[in-house]
Amino acid sequence: MSLYRAETRRLSKRRFTRLFVVLVLLVLGLLAAGTAYSYQKVTPAALAAAQADAERDFQEQVKFAEQEKERCVQAPAEFGGSCDELWVPVREDYRAENYMPSPFDFRESFPDMVITFAALLALVAFIIGASFVGAEWNSGGMMNLLLWRPQRLQVLATKLSALIVWLFGLTVLTGAAWTGLFWLIATFRGTTARMTPGVWQSIGLTGLRGLGLVLVAGAIGFGIASIGRHTAAALGAVLAVAVVFQFGLGVVLELAKVKFAQAYLLPYWILAWMYKSTEVIDDNAPCDFSVTTGCEQPVFTITWQLAGAVFLLVTTIIVGAAMWTIRRRDIT
Amino acid sequence: MTAVLEISGLRKTYRGRKGVRKALDGFDMVVEAGQVHGFLGPNGSGKTTTLRTLLGLIKPNDGRMTILGQEVPRHLPQVAGLVGAIVESPQFFGNFSAETTLSLLADAGGVNPHRVPAVLELVGLRDRAKDRVKTYSLGMKQRLAVASALLKEPKLLILDEPANGLDPGGIREMRTLMADLAASGMTVLLSSHILGEIQLICDSVTIISAGRRVAAGSVSEVLASHTSATVKVRLEPGVDLPGAVAILRAAGAVIPSLEKDHFTVGNATNPAQITKLLAEKQIYVSELTPVSADLEDVFLKLTGTAPVDGANRQVDQVAAETQGGWGQ
Repeated sequence: MSLYRAETRRLSKRRFTRLFVVLVLLVLGLLAAGTAYSYQKVTPAALAAAQADAERDFQEQVKFAEQEKERCVQAPAEFGGSCDELWVPVREDYRAENYMPSPFDFRESFPDMVITFAALLALVAFIIGASFVGAEWNSGGMMNLLLWRPQRLQVLATKLSALIVWLFGLTVLTGAAWTGLFWLIATFRGTTARMTPGVWQSIGLTGLRGLGLVLVAGAIGFGIASIGRHTAAALGAVLAVAVVFQFGLGVVLELAKVKFAQAYLLPYWILAWMYKSTEVIDDNAPCDFSVTTGCEQPVFTITWQLAGAVFLLVTTIIVGAAMWTIRRRDIT
Repeated sequence: MTAVLEISGLRKTYRGRKGVRKALDGFDMVVEAGQVHGFLGPNGSGKTTTLRTLLGLIKPNDGRMTILGQEVPRHLPQVAGLVGAIVESPQFFGNFSAETTLSLLADAGGVNPHRVPAVLELVGLRDRAKDRVKTYSLGMKQRLAVASALLKEPKLLILDEPANGLDPGGIREMRTLMADLAASGMTVLLSSHILGEIQLICDSVTIISAGRRVAAGSVSEVLASHTSATVKVRLEPGVDLPGAVAILRAAGAVIPSLEKDHFTVGNATNPAQITKLLAEKQIYVSELTPVSADLEDVFLKLTGTAPVDGANRQVDQVAAETQGGWGQ
């Protein structure tokens, strides 16, 4: 327990951790401020102003249409010989709601905000996880620690546990603040209507999947940096995955006309996990033409369960490899 | 006396592109309780590999090691709390202060945090305890490393080059600290290249070369058993010194130096032979004194690392010890 406490303290005391927590809070704050600025609540005054704007525009257009009709009567040739086809504005096209600022609809918009939050936190979790163990290996701190606690697996597992619990706490706390903040934005700059228990449950489940994404990202960053014994190993691996596997592999798979090429790309799996499912179309398959539905190509659906299983497997392999390497390799 | 540390037949090999390299080749060492034991060897001889292996950082290929009667690395977790160690250069996370660094180690090792200010005071870092480690000089980092090793009040203290980077005052303080620790009953294993310090501080030594033990025992025993067989010969004034040297050389003596009023015989295992040979030629010796060796001489001789004029010795390059003597 003392080792766990020491590792939690070490993680919290690191300047790198604090810097990234501040950075992510800053970015989240800016996002929230931007959202609050972009939306406005529908007040009676705003409704009256919108109605006045709509009426003004309608009257201007009616006046313009009358002028055009007069010109047409005087010179029909310029208007194709007939003035019956001239456009006449109708009041229904000038609805007041089109002139009102859009309100922030919590029910409609907050799920996307949860996903944005999870993606940001996952990125930060990866970097903090990688740095937490990578800097320890690189600075010799890990060797020092192993002189005090010569139980390699226990030390690495405790470090990982401290990181996961810490990330869990950070995500839950900031997640609660994020929800509260957007509830306030919706209250003052939009609407919180239609929030049934079912909607809350759905948002809660999206949040839980987001939490899973954050923890998986932290564990993978930690695992890769521990295998490479350097923070840069994890960051390099991410860069390699992004450049080689995402862009390079995407092009190669397209050229090779592989079935469901997009299914090999990480973002689709993250989208499937967060949005419950995502569909990948086989663009290279022959078109299955139907008179009623047109051209239909085969579709592969990545479900959140499948994506979750893949993430779990990848995390287990990477963390397992980190455990295996610390057990086997000499510490020099 | 009880052995606090025992190593026998320790082997460690590394496989590289150039083939297999034996870092430790059946190394043995015994450190008795309450002693300050010097661990000497040239660069690349296997000192740090031995210490790392002993502390569970490197897995040996063969051999047996015990610390405080417990076989390691199998029972290392049980004895780790009684062993304070610094291995090679001090390595700490630069952005933490000395106080935080030690406090985290105390937490990890279940040591009373009140020990932290006490050890910082002991190594002279009290006033810089809150500064970040990356602002420290090498000597200050070394002091911090010693503080971390002392934090858990160990029974066995393993220090690898603790005087590295210390100023003369710091070296003297370290010497006093070692003496005080040993007087308090702590056993200290001290690896160092400062042989004068080792000779002053240590009760016993082990010398390693090319992964093997080449000498072990109390400092006086090692000096006595490997002392130089060199004697200084002074003749009566006015005697033909080169003539006398020629007589001895003809009999197989090695004359390393010939000065204006004396010369030395390097392989005089039986000095009586010198007086006998010269007396037969009516040359009489006025002074015949053994040239005493210090630990540095013994070290250089045993490890074959003495500098040779015009040659650049490479790491791992050791010469075979000169065997035998003249006049026996």
